[in-house]
Amino acid sequence: MLKQRTLSPTELRDSKAYRDWGLTDAEYRLLTDEVLERLPNYTEAGLFSGMWSEHCSYKNSKPVLKKFWTQGEQVLEGPGEGAGIIDIGDGQAVVFKAESHNHPSAVEPYEGAATGVGGIIRDIFSMGARPIALLDSLRFGEPTDAHTKYLISQVVAGIGGYGNCIGIPTIGGDTVFDASYQKNPLVNAMCVGILDQADIQKGQATGIGNSVIYVGAKTGRDGINGASFASAEFNDAKASQRSAVQVGDPFMEKLLMDACLEVIHEHQAVLIGIQDMGAAGLVSSSAEMASKAGSGLELNLDLVPQRETGMIPFELMLSESQERMLLCVKAGAEAEIYQVFEKYGLDAVTIGKVTDGHQYQLFHHGKLVADVPVDALATKAPVYQRDKKRPARLNHQSHHQFMPRIVDATGALKKMLQQPTIASKASLYETYDSQVQTNTVVKPGSDAGVIRIRHTDKALAVTTDVNGRYLYLNPRVGGEIAVAEAARNIVASGGLPLGITDCLNYGNPEKPDQFYDLDESAMGIARACQLFNTPVISGNVSLNNESNGEAIYPTPMIGMVGLIKHQKDITTSDFKHAGDAVYVLGTTGADFNGTELQKMLTGSIAGELFDFDLVTENRNQRLLLAAIQKGLVASAHDVSEGGLITTIAESCFPQNLGVELTSDLPAANFFAETQSRFVISVTPEHQAAFEQMMEPYATYLGKVTAADRLLVRTADQDFDLKVSFAKQLWEGALPCLLS
Amino acid sequence: MKFAVIVFPGSNCDYDMVNALRDVLHATADLVPATATSLAGYDAVILPGGFSYGDYLRSGAIARFAPIMAAVKAVAATGKPVVGICNGFQVLTEAGLLPGALQANRTAKFICKTSPLRIANAETQFTSAYGTTTEIALPIAHGEGNYYCDEATLAELRANHQIVFEYVDNPNGSTANIAGVMNQAGNVLGMMPHPERAVEAILGSTDGLGIFQSMLTHEEVANA
Repeated sequence: MLKQRTLSPTELRDSKAYRDWGLTDAEYRLLTDEVLERLPNYTEAGLFSGMWSEHCSYKNSKPVLKKFWTQGEQVLEGPGEGAGIIDIGDGQAVVFKAESHNHPSAVEPYEGAATGVGGIIRDIFSMGARPIALLDSLRFGEPTDAHTKYLISQVVAGIGGYGNCIGIPTIGGDTVFDASYQKNPLVNAMCVGILDQADIQKGQATGIGNSVIYVGAKTGRDGINGASFASAEFNDAKASQRSAVQVGDPFMEKLLMDACLEVIHEHQAVLIGIQDMGAAGLVSSSAEMASKAGSGLELNLDLVPQRETGMIPFELMLSESQERMLLCVKAGAEAEIYQVFEKYGLDAVTIGKVTDGHQYQLFHHGKLVADVPVDALATKAPVYQRDKKRPARLNHQSHHQFMPRIVDATGALKKMLQQPTIASKASLYETYDSQVQTNTVVKPGSDAGVIRIRHTDKALAVTTDVNGRYLYLNPRVGGEIAVAEAARNIVASGGLPLGITDCLNYGNPEKPDQFYDLDESAMGIARACQLFNTPVISGNVSLNNESNGEAIYPTPMIGMVGLIKHQKDITTSDFKHAGDAVYVLGTTGADFNGTELQKMLTGSIAGELFDFDLVTENRNQRLLLAAIQKGLVASAHDVSEGGLITTIAESCFPQNLGVELTSDLPAANFFAETQSRFVISVTPEHQAAFEQMMEPYATYLGKVTAADRLLVRTADQDFDLKVSFAKQLWEGALPCLLS
Repeated sequence: MKFAVIVFPGSNCDYDMVNALRDVLHATADLVPATATSLAGYDAVILPGGFSYGDYLRSGAIARFAPIMAAVKAVAATGKPVVGICNGFQVLTEAGLLPGALQANRTAKFICKTSPLRIANAETQFTSAYGTTTEIALPIAHGEGNYYCDEATLAELRANHQIVFEYVDNPNGSTANIAGVMNQAGNVLGMMPHPERAVEAILGSTDGLGIFQSMLTHEEVANA
């Protein structure tokens, strides 16, 4: 039996061993002098290190998160519960949330990514919803070195390994490559579920004497204090922290999900609350459930199902073993709940009860090993208002935009289509089951994934987006654009944006210039959300994404869900028939700073970000959505990285159609990344009505053709190449780079 | 025709199959847990896709020992139709109801995409409804769909016309492009592609309908 050595309260104080768990000296003093007014023992200090980590307490980001707009009449449940909930009519609701698993994925990419998916799924079904879709937003370094290739293949395998097995379709996401993420990849997973509003659950433990039931997998020594690990900065010395990463079992989670949903649907009368054991495991789930209800709680740790021997309270409470849930059930009804889990072959054990008062008490081998106020754990973490200083990189001499010289337009397009960020991601997403549950109408590869809601005429469009380069050049405007682009994807698919979730991936908030990025971009996100009427209903914060002092680009991943009221409005990005007219909605400027073209030609991005106007963006989105709802649109594709010409090429590929277009813009501007634009195709019969509606905002470019030729005549040169060849370059680039 | 759709722990296409049968084909279909021991009263049995018992060992290797399998074998022996799709196909080969085995894909990766298929035998109780159609496209979604059998078995499969579907562009390395085979009696079919995912136009294809329609027609004729 492995014998764990623990320190006495005074040894802990004198050795400052709590620092290794992420507690600062000041936080420790706060504990001893104000919160407890005594020295915490080893177990207690461990509980606080988990609960007061950024991951659980948001101590650094709370002042920033307060800036988010979380209102809106559609919101049934905002941030704070396992996931947010939005009304979609007919007594139904959509539940969604995203979560980062960046640090675990950096050290153990397969399990890190897999358990990221597993964790976010539990957040969804703990609300009472059946998960119906997964998305993944990934950021890697340039796919050139062996380690990055390894990370990519393992992260993608981990996502597929979990999602495919549990039977939830992975229908969207985005993958971007940039040296900024070389040592600090981002793995953000989002899950969407639907439920009947009558089934909405809360993570609470009320009613003195009611039972706390542990269900699912046994507790082991994996992921001990993972929340603190995830909240710490990386350095090379810590690269061996594998024990802080959990191991996933999607089969177990499928059983757990089915069993929990059965309890929620068929035993609602005796179920008081249900919560996922995620970050900071048993302590976090139990303390939060008690705190939300204003109750006390006692747990007998000897009853916790254990997969290893000799585990000490510190380990039992802070283990992040996967596939576990905590239920609060009416006293006397335990057997009814046990029966359900027994049917699925799962452990279900009463490990404690709700108590009078407000203490959180843990017993182990008959002894009281922790006795602290519930709220001290769950709500009394310090909140830091960090210093903010405008980073030097944002001080520009002029508003000058990079002016590319394009001597060979066709050649530049060929090269553009092979940029890893632009190239087809089919080789990645084809390893994910995107169709299980048989509701997927639009599979990965279009602007947003679309799932129909069975037995209704409705569908949901879902997407993830953010361009960290824009935020690097201007965090506030970049934040606005992140929301705008997500909304553009939803609208191009025929949906009305409903709300967002986010993963705020940033550097170290204790460094004023890095905190500036977080704070400024939050303001940009908040403003855009208000304008688009897309409240933030859930999310997560991942700080200290820096390696050896260098932060990643500020990368607030926006996950957006939109409602398509009628399935006839579902729209995809591919041109449909030869003879259709092609338009661009929105004006194109010479906007090149931060673009894929700037990076392709100069190797990096620089300068002041181009102008962006949310009002124009919103107007163009409303125009397109109205045209789609009138049945005037054959295809719609948002213009983003790689500009207009890339968007046009992508619309040609799926049906192997050509185009013959003419424009008075110079060829270079076809790579500009001016926002608020769509490429739209319209059948001849609807052209007149479409033009009347879009006047003067849409520009006619030409026709879709049946020829194997992409021909765009610009003011100075032609883009002219075979569609089949262009497609081959676009499809082949990533498999070639990753092989 | 009354269908039994077997639910192993870890099956995840069970509801998809039942939805296709009930909502689209208006057939009667029940979910039957793998712990059941009887399939009395059912006219056809379907083993759906998924990851039975997690499939951590080898796909279908544990499911073949499930209590329901004796009843599945009994149904097959009576000549009633038994269909295994994806994981169900893997279970049927593990259980010895179909020849051959399914190995990891040649790419060693899971593949989810639409795959064109040749109907290699149009005169079966699973393909008769396709009429003169010789090629269909069905979704595939598997990590271990690489069908293997030895030369002698392949010769036998060919001689008996047991190969039902062949891939047009072999995605996984299957021997002789085999996507679906049946037993010698012609009442047990295993296939890796998912017909239940291709029964509604809104989801992109209705090419899978023919398999179920063939089964329904075959039963009507048999009962006439």
